[in-house]
Amino acid sequence: MKKLLSGNEAFALGAYHAGVVVATAYPGTPSTEILESIAEFDEVYAEWSTNEKVAMEVGMGAAQAGVRALVSMKQVGLNVASDPFMAASITGINGGMVVIVADDPGVFSTQNEQDTRHYAKLAKVPMLEPSDSQEAHDLMEVAFEISEKYDTPVLVRSSTRISHSKSVVDTESSRPKKLKSAAFKHDVEKYVMLPVHVRLRRPVVEERLVQLTAFCETYPGNQIIKGEKKLGIISSGVAYQHAREAFPKASFLKLGMTYPLPKKLIRDFASRVDKVFVVEELDPFLEDNIRAMGINVMGKEFIPRIGELNPGIVAEAAHRAGLLPEPSRPRATMRPGLPGRPPVLCSGCPHAGIFFVLNTIGQRSKVLDARGKSAEQGKLIITGDIGCYTLATYPPLRAMDTTACMGAGIGQAIGMEKAGVDAKVVAVIGDSTFLHSGITGVVDAVYDKSGITIIILDNGTTAMTGQQDHPGTGVSVKGEQTEKVVLEDVVKGCGVDDVKVVDAFDIKAIRAAVRTSLDNPQLSVIIVRGNCSVRAKRGAGQRAVDMEKCDDCEICLRIGCPAIQKLGDKVYIDVTLCAGDACTICQQLCPKKAIGPVSAGGSK
Amino acid sequence: MKKQDLIMVGVGGQGIVLASDILSDVAMAAGYDVKKTDTLGMAQRGGSVVSHVRIADKVWSPLIQEGDVDMLVAFEKLEAARWSYFLNPKGVAIVNNQTTPPLSVSLGITRYPPDKDIEAILQRTAGKYYLIDGIRQVKELGDIRALNLFMLGCVSSLLPIDVKVWQDYITRRLPSKILNLNMVAFEKGREEMSRAGVR
Repeated sequence: MKKLLSGNEAFALGAYHAGVVVATAYPGTPSTEILESIAEFDEVYAEWSTNEKVAMEVGMGAAQAGVRALVSMKQVGLNVASDPFMAASITGINGGMVVIVADDPGVFSTQNEQDTRHYAKLAKVPMLEPSDSQEAHDLMEVAFEISEKYDTPVLVRSSTRISHSKSVVDTESSRPKKLKSAAFKHDVEKYVMLPVHVRLRRPVVEERLVQLTAFCETYPGNQIIKGEKKLGIISSGVAYQHAREAFPKASFLKLGMTYPLPKKLIRDFASRVDKVFVVEELDPFLEDNIRAMGINVMGKEFIPRIGELNPGIVAEAAHRAGLLPEPSRPRATMRPGLPGRPPVLCSGCPHAGIFFVLNTIGQRSKVLDARGKSAEQGKLIITGDIGCYTLATYPPLRAMDTTACMGAGIGQAIGMEKAGVDAKVVAVIGDSTFLHSGITGVVDAVYDKSGITIIILDNGTTAMTGQQDHPGTGVSVKGEQTEKVVLEDVVKGCGVDDVKVVDAFDIKAIRAAVRTSLDNPQLSVIIVRGNCSVRAKRGAGQRAVDMEKCDDCEICLRIGCPAIQKLGDKVYIDVTLCAGDACTICQQLCPKKAIGPVSAGGSK
Repeated sequence: MKKQDLIMVGVGGQGIVLASDILSDVAMAAGYDVKKTDTLGMAQRGGSVVSHVRIADKVWSPLIQEGDVDMLVAFEKLEAARWSYFLNPKGVAIVNNQTTPPLSVSLGITRYPPDKDIEAILQRTAGKYYLIDGIRQVKELGDIRALNLFMLGCVSSLLPIDVKVWQDYITRRLPSKILNLNMVAFEKGREEMSRAGVR
């Protein structure tokens, strides 16, 4: 049957057909939909794990118990999960274990642009790369077979344009009726990594790599596509698709397995063509490894190392390399001067009020210049974290000084305080991020007697990746009610005495809580609670501006609400966007009381 | 059919991803190879959204290169101007006459380009463009969320795919509760293009 599937949907369907029993993940763009899709199958146990490290450990345990396990995450998730990933490599598994990691070339939604392929080499595990949804589906069965045959986790590397592109998938596959049932075979020399056992496992891992190198020479996913002799392209993943389009006549070596590399096949291909051009996104991973074999290739001196490729960029690079004629017209570029439209916090966002308060108390708009810099330290330092709330960095809210990685803000705040800065340090973190990586920071703050203020923004969801549940919501990925982890109980249980919970849409209460916390020289935590507006059902009571009362002070515009707009000299509220009674922050802030419900006579 | 490379652009929340999903499924149902990909910002709403849809006998890359787009479907005017550089010189632009000022405009940091500037940009970049009053028409229908089906109605007038394939697919895809309204919006889009001289 033919279906148009995204790469992520195809991974999930392929894994289902391959007989996956346990699937785990933590949401992260562009990998999130893999778990969401597989969770729809009743036969698969699926969970949002607390973080990627836990996801990897649950997957490892399931595989060691003898069933097939799928673990998925975005590329920086593998940084978090790298410890158990390395551990699974040395112990080996039992049932198949496949780890899908999705890179983000072009950085659409990540804090860096790292190339996951290096992890395959570091962990000495095989790596497969699909170039469209059909391959994403089909290679799951192959990946599990390799995993089981060679007793190793298998890394499947995706990227934004694989995970988030839809293409036609034709499949007649079905899930096997009978699957191996779980049974753990005790084997301390294999699973208990005491140094003495590690020494036994090391040669096994090296020998495994030798066997995998032999296997990949005949792996059908590595394939030569015959074309003209004068140019040979070596490529993999989505870069292969760009290259096929840019070089309709060239010969191709398409690599479906990119670690270890099929050295004989590469030598054979290189000897059959006059020149070899390596087309790959991000780092020269293939290129460096092929050059190390003594084969002279062209690549990153022409193909950009930074950002996402497309057929035009590849063709342009090929022209610079003297491999293609000059394009008939130069590649067009975006017209400068048009106002940008970066993502913003939504109308009715529960983060807007707290950031408005932090902005005003910290006088941030005065302290920071247009680019967010200041030579002099303000009276409030705000360390941030990963989530929608990172958008509060931009004007008008301008209430964030750092964003590094999941959970880092709390540790950074403690570090700044211990370094002796002459300002109060506030760490801001979302609910899902807090559970992912923030708790250990709180424990550190308690134990090491920190006096920072930690603000947990509890919007009851993992918002930025598209409203996924987490331990704090008490709902599983399958939509079932489960035990809810209560944030204030966790914080109090860690030993924090000053814990306040405030309503995200009550500006007075937020202001009072922030003031008293900032005055407290001891550690304090404020939980700002309010539903994510995307998740909340659109309610009644949309607001409007009464133009007769409005004196154009623009305070309402400083919330950064996309429903509050100004064209010319008229401030108005777009009723189709306004969250209404659920929010009312603008009404609370308006000094002229010019904002009220539409029905109460405010004009549009 | 000659290859058709389309981009659909607008503001997050306007239903562009669903619209490009429907277009892609319809093209597949009509027997073509299809690839589609969305470029979303990091948040859910409010940012600039671009969706690439490629329809041909065989499609390789999911991304259309700059200057190769045959049809630009813009749900908002500023986004039409922003992404029009993707058009090939003979490309067609369908632009919904809607103004949604970005935050920087509301804050007075930047200025929303006047209509004549936007039209001048489209004149330079598009072989032909249609400025249509989609948002007004769907408001009259009573639900602005039908804008994506209105825009698809416009698109359907310009693509060599039988309208029955569209209607069948939309009937299967949309929940019955909202089907009628959306089918009317789709037809209104077709009428709009026929008034503009497309047959």
